[in-house]
Amino acid sequence: MTDNSERRVVSVIVVNEASVLSRITNLFSGRGYNITSLTVAPIPDSKYSRLTIVTAGSVRVIEQITKQLHKLIPVLRVYEHEDIVEKEMALVKFPITENLSDINTLCEAYNGKIVNISDTVIIAMVADEPKRVENFLSAIKRYNPKEIVRSGAVALER
Amino acid sequence: MQISGAQMVIEAFIAEGVDTVFGYPGGAIMNVYDEIYKQDGFQHILNRHEQASIHAAEGYAKASGKVGVAMITSGPGFTNAVTGLADAYMDSVPLVVVSGQVPMSLIGTDGFQEIDAIGISRPCTKHNYLVTDAADLPRVLKEAFYIARSGRPGPVHVDIPKDVTAQIAEFNYDIEVELETYKPHVKGNPRQIKKAMDAIAKAKRPLFYLGGGIINANATDEVREFVHKCGIPAVETFMARGVLAADDKLLVGMLGMHGSYAANMAMSETDLVIGLGARFDDRVTGKLSEFAKNADVIHVDIDPASISKLVNADYPIVGDLKNVATEMLLQVDKVDSDNYESWRETIINFADLHPLTYHEDSDRLKPQWVIERVGQLLGDDANISTDVGQHQMWTAQFYPFSRPRQFISSGGLGTMGFGFPAAIGVKAADPERTSINFTGDGSILMNVQELMTAVERKIPVINIILNNNFLGMVRQWQTLFYDKRHSETDLSVQPDFVKLSEAFGGIGYRVKTKEEFDAALKDAVEKNIVAFIEVIVERFENVMPMVPSGGSLFNMMLLEKKETK
Repeated sequence: MTDNSERRVVSVIVVNEASVLSRITNLFSGRGYNITSLTVAPIPDSKYSRLTIVTAGSVRVIEQITKQLHKLIPVLRVYEHEDIVEKEMALVKFPITENLSDINTLCEAYNGKIVNISDTVIIAMVADEPKRVENFLSAIKRYNPKEIVRSGAVALER
Repeated sequence: MQISGAQMVIEAFIAEGVDTVFGYPGGAIMNVYDEIYKQDGFQHILNRHEQASIHAAEGYAKASGKVGVAMITSGPGFTNAVTGLADAYMDSVPLVVVSGQVPMSLIGTDGFQEIDAIGISRPCTKHNYLVTDAADLPRVLKEAFYIARSGRPGPVHVDIPKDVTAQIAEFNYDIEVELETYKPHVKGNPRQIKKAMDAIAKAKRPLFYLGGGIINANATDEVREFVHKCGIPAVETFMARGVLAADDKLLVGMLGMHGSYAANMAMSETDLVIGLGARFDDRVTGKLSEFAKNADVIHVDIDPASISKLVNADYPIVGDLKNVATEMLLQVDKVDSDNYESWRETIINFADLHPLTYHEDSDRLKPQWVIERVGQLLGDDANISTDVGQHQMWTAQFYPFSRPRQFISSGGLGTMGFGFPAAIGVKAADPERTSINFTGDGSILMNVQELMTAVERKIPVINIILNNNFLGMVRQWQTLFYDKRHSETDLSVQPDFVKLSEAFGGIGYRVKTKEEFDAALKDAVEKNIVAFIEVIVERFENVMPMVPSGGSLFNMMLLEKKETK
């Protein structure tokens, strides 16, 4: 990856059909570019899905990739985001022996809460900007998290 | 009507006006071949290798301007075809390629002759389909032809499992293509066109940079008129040979790695590049930072992804060239051709200083002479295909092309083995003209099996093998850049090309002199069957001039000056 690479968020609206995802990821892999995160979900009441792709690369290459994305037959629209609201979700599993109220307080500070308690584990969720999710994940390290799942970012233009 | 998937393929081809299909049968595509046997709407030409089927379809498409069609089976049939698909994709050739696939129930089970065909063809096609229900076939085939020929043309691959070709469903081909996500720009932005025309009117040393997109857009007439009304000199890319006739006073020549001195110097000195349907390929630009360094750039292209990909466009215009050139012609009065008088003279001086030529200083024939000679004898009456290597560059440099679609070659991918099958496709598309394939002793052995196709179907392609007993272009680089270490490029051990052709039922000639060559060519044209004319040429001839890879266009290695030609 080149030195001037920077984090970029790209949203792609595609026809919801078989093999569309591999058409899109091929454009990144063929250039040796890594996708940091990728989320896909159908757009309600339409035949389209929306992908949010977080990647890192030089401005020139990302520009080229977005043009090539546009060229794909099932792609309706490509947004190369500048000014966006961006959120990501994380689920974390803690042992039941950890301090429930500490964890709850931390979660609340990051737009989250405890969502499930069984006789062995606590499961908590947060939803916040990707950078803040990182902060949360580092803050909870001392509560011995057993498993962490991140959703990848979703974004909307302001 | 209710028909099988296999019948749908036939019906769709006929409805699309397909008159020739190239292909090779096999297990998974047998249902469709059974229907081919029963129909008489189009001819099927059996190549002897699937790669050749695709190249033949390419030759057909490039010569006719229509969509080329090929049909192959699953597994190895398909993988053999991949080189052809990649070649067509690089050169924007409209193709529809139908492949058989194992039955749906076997997909993903490592079935016999199973391969994930659409997974492989994805990066080397414009679009592809795996058809899982015969009811989808009419729409898919209609879309395939539409996508192949519209916008920036390209190959479309349709993979059909065997059970889907047997499935019965409703066939109605009288449908509109509805692709909300695919709407190629056709009309150029009028404001951008006006700005571009103003820039041309203001420029002191403008230069047309003509590309293969002009031929794809069938815009040659408009572009010729535009160039002539402007009185602005023009350089052509390899893919654009024939857009301007070889004797056109405004044609400076081909530019790029093996472009003429005048063309490359003109590009280096110009203050405005008028790029029409060209994509600033690395073989054209040389060192990017030095390319047309002092120039603004107008770039007209149907493909937005081509614009500002390598060279920043100051005046980007996305649109179909026929359309844009017509719009530009309406404003051509702004341009005063007298303004460029001294610029035209400058370029003539470049050409006089280092003309594109060669020296006849060897006992053996010079390959360039052979090409010039064919040009003198056949000229406009021949369509010219080539393989890839030195002979290809000499053909682009020395054949006097006079019209678009006359020169058929593998540009972007540089596929050895392209020429012979392509020339078969060219002959199928344009039977009236002689189909010549200039090839080398390296290239001809890739797809030499097409002798059988040409003999069986009486397709009289004349293959002119410029034999220097070398893999010549690689040898040239080894001589120039690898201190003459000719690693694995000496092809001294060779078949007897005359007997080889005769073994298949063709004719063969081995010639060493000008007289022998003239006689052989005359005889081959008259005999009207597939021919090999093996011409023994100077072994160490280099393609000159040459811009070393990554060098600047104005730093060319030039032909040594000598007294005689």
